Amino acid sequence: MNKVTAGKRDAKVRSDCYIELERKNSGGIKLDLKSKVSVMYGNDIKNTIHEMCRFFGLKHAGIYIEDSGALPSTIMARFELAVKRLFPEIEKEYLPDFNPANDYKTKKNRLRRSRLYLPGNEPKFFPNAGLHKPDGIILDLEDSVSPLEKDAARLLVRNSLRAIDFYGAERMVRINQLPRGLDDLQYVVPHNVHVILIPKCESADDVKLVENKVNEIKKQFNIKRNIYFMPIIESALGVIKAYEIATASKNNCALAIGLEDYTADIGTQRTNEGKESFFARSMLVNAAKAAGIQPIDTVFSDVTDMEGLRKSVIEAKALGFEGKGCIHPRQIKVVHEAFAPAEEEIEKAKKIIDAFKEAKKKGLGVVSLGSKMIDPPVVKRAERVMELVKSMKN
Amino acid sequence: MKLVKNAVGRLVPTNVNGQKQIPFKGVGKYKPKGKKAAPPIRSCADYPADGNKVVKNLKEALKKAGLKDGMTISTHHHLRNGDALTNYLFDTIKAMGVKNIRWFPSASFPVHKHLIKYLEDGTIHHIEGSMNGPLGRFTSEGKMRGTGVLRSHGGRWQAIQDGEVHIDIAVIAAPTADPFGNATGDRGPSACGLLGFALADSIYADNVIVATDNLVPFPCIPWQIQGNNVDYVVEVDSLGDPAKIVSGTTQVTKSPDRLLIAEYIAQFFEDAGIMKDGFSFQAGAGGINLAFAVYLRERMKKKGIKARFIRGGSTKYLVEMLEEGLTDFILDGQTFDLEGVRSMRENPNHVNTSPFTSYNYHGKGNFASMVDAAVLGATEVDINFNGNVVTHSDGYLLHGIGGWQNALFAKTTILAVPSFRDRIPVIVDEVTTLVGPGELIDVIVTERGIAINPRRKDLIKATKNSSLPIRPIEEIYEEVNKICGGKPAKPKVNKNKVVAIIKWVDGTVIDSVYQVEQ
Repeated sequence: MNKVTAGKRDAKVRSDCYIELERKNSGGIKLDLKSKVSVMYGNDIKNTIHEMCRFFGLKHAGIYIEDSGALPSTIMARFELAVKRLFPEIEKEYLPDFNPANDYKTKKNRLRRSRLYLPGNEPKFFPNAGLHKPDGIILDLEDSVSPLEKDAARLLVRNSLRAIDFYGAERMVRINQLPRGLDDLQYVVPHNVHVILIPKCESADDVKLVENKVNEIKKQFNIKRNIYFMPIIESALGVIKAYEIATASKNNCALAIGLEDYTADIGTQRTNEGKESFFARSMLVNAAKAAGIQPIDTVFSDVTDMEGLRKSVIEAKALGFEGKGCIHPRQIKVVHEAFAPAEEEIEKAKKIIDAFKEAKKKGLGVVSLGSKMIDPPVVKRAERVMELVKSMKN
Repeated sequence: MKLVKNAVGRLVPTNVNGQKQIPFKGVGKYKPKGKKAAPPIRSCADYPADGNKVVKNLKEALKKAGLKDGMTISTHHHLRNGDALTNYLFDTIKAMGVKNIRWFPSASFPVHKHLIKYLEDGTIHHIEGSMNGPLGRFTSEGKMRGTGVLRSHGGRWQAIQDGEVHIDIAVIAAPTADPFGNATGDRGPSACGLLGFALADSIYADNVIVATDNLVPFPCIPWQIQGNNVDYVVEVDSLGDPAKIVSGTTQVTKSPDRLLIAEYIAQFFEDAGIMKDGFSFQAGAGGINLAFAVYLRERMKKKGIKARFIRGGSTKYLVEMLEEGLTDFILDGQTFDLEGVRSMRENPNHVNTSPFTSYNYHGKGNFASMVDAAVLGATEVDINFNGNVVTHSDGYLLHGIGGWQNALFAKTTILAVPSFRDRIPVIVDEVTTLVGPGELIDVIVTERGIAINPRRKDLIKATKNSSLPIRPIEEIYEEVNKICGGKPAKPKVNKNKVVAIIKWVDGTVIDSVYQVEQ
């Protein structure tokens, strides 16, 4: 192969670029740049490309770039992709600077009401995703990326984890179905990914395979922070094995359900009422709760139907779910509102916590509210309610 | 070309196209004396007593109006991107062999790229109005013979009434007219709503031609343009493409980031105390502005608050607010969709206005300064709150001013802008072209936060406890630069070649646009 392409171009493409890279034996680096931002950043782009050529040891090449306003980390990912498509033997990675703003941690039991899916090969959605305040963002390497662009998405997701500020959202990546997903891990584990979503999970072994690989990479890069797992159950077998999966790793933080694949697997259609998935969803809630982790509901796919979404979240909450997948930023607010505790729930929680504090101050072993004794789990639930209230204000 | 520094530190020429220019002196500082311009006295004896002023065709009308080289011809943008008449007008002028026309449109649209060949061959000498899209590109590359002059809608009225621009022939596209020249825009196959932008021309021009594709017997009611000011009436097959004159329906933006900005603005109205009984606001038809009106409406309903008037750019969203009783009046400057046109035709509380009532700075007041808050857009805003609406960061002139400068006089002016577009920062250190001085711009709302002009201590105080992300503008500026990969380089322009000037609302020159080096 003497010529490869990378990236995207057409009238509708924004914040991305298209690159042609041609192998040459002489003549040095010939760079032809057409950019929407050539006045503002043309020199900057050229410098980046030349620096990357030096980095990868490229001495002679024909490079053609059509840029529709790609951010620097995107241009770097696209050009690295072109280089690696032309020279598959090159292994070293050209990493954009790690944005210090991205050096934040997560917690196993943090709120996960909303998680916003971002197609892993669509850079235009990344820089503003965190502004809509989802609890988490998911850079998706799986279903939203075409099989031919898996290599592209890996590099883009890696660069974005380093360079793009997601404004405090939990940083999640959905890897590909195993075994391919195992190869995704080296692109995300070293770059402060918080949670790995494991799709189409059907056994404890699936989780353990991921865990082992993650541990291997962590060791290699001397990473101390915990990386958590969220297995996604999307099949009849997965549902039956939900508890086994939920308890497969101490780093499991949540168990999610994916209903598109599940309903197909049991040979039925997905409906708004959701009778067909009632068993699976209840099973999943039970398994997660039994394992002490969060049950997370599937996505609501009609992005225009906010009322339907609200109802669906209220129903999920009633079943015991603590989170919902979002495929559009406008869904986030609705999801948060619907998961929010009701006024009387908040009032009651306040009273319980006050009573608990009072009892503690007085050194009482038993907490009571009025004539009622309050058990520790009740206090815990009240604390959870107040935590929710607090996070809603932020 | 001699350039001097004006009151905002911008270099501007003192003479353009042979006319003396006054550099911008500051907001409210320049007050010319003397009398307004006036049209020539005419006698009824020279016009048909039966009121029938219809002539055979446009060529005939132009001939009778005494068309000759170097004249100033005005047109209007009511037909927006559906305008076929202006292109036909210049085809006719070209066929008549006339040259060096000063074209004085109230605005231009991409459809007018047809006229580039007439700019090239000298039929048109230069444009005073707006140079949008392809015409702007042509101008920026230094290809126009004369220097472009950009004015706001209010500034256009001011220039005509103050005698700065003398119109030889005004050609008014009228969706409905009678043989006497009475004309309206609110009905007919090419209905556009109102004809306010042509009003000054009808009063002050030496010769007025009304062209219509819907000639009705006298009287044409209502008469937005009075036949008593009209010299000739011409019937044409079609004024243009109705689908491009007004949109069937205007759509609210689907962009989640723009919706977020719109939501922030609506909340700002409430938190800052702007949204109260009897208030007023102005909103255009840009994607963010429409969405803002939708969110504000929800808040008004929830709180049971009613506005006294809304200034538009009307759309079905404002019409719905009028019909629901959320506002007593719409004072409309132009109509953007079919619902707006219908409402203006049927609802007496949907009132048509002109740049005279709304915007003219050399009048005894205007509506713009009486509005509680205006929500506007911009191509760039700088850390001193100066705004640009005409050029892009690459130096190219691509838009007109519209009513933007005039609307800045609202009690609170809010610019709704994304902090960057793709990789193009919108919040910059210094605007490419200064079209509106920062002292009139109060609030910048972006998806990354809201910046309040430090001059507006009242707004800062009022929103002290708001949950809105209110931040210093410098902080947003720094963040955007970081995202885009550093401070953007400035365009290479030829500082010796001014291709267009930007007029302030009082006729002084606030900034220059330079030739872009390719």
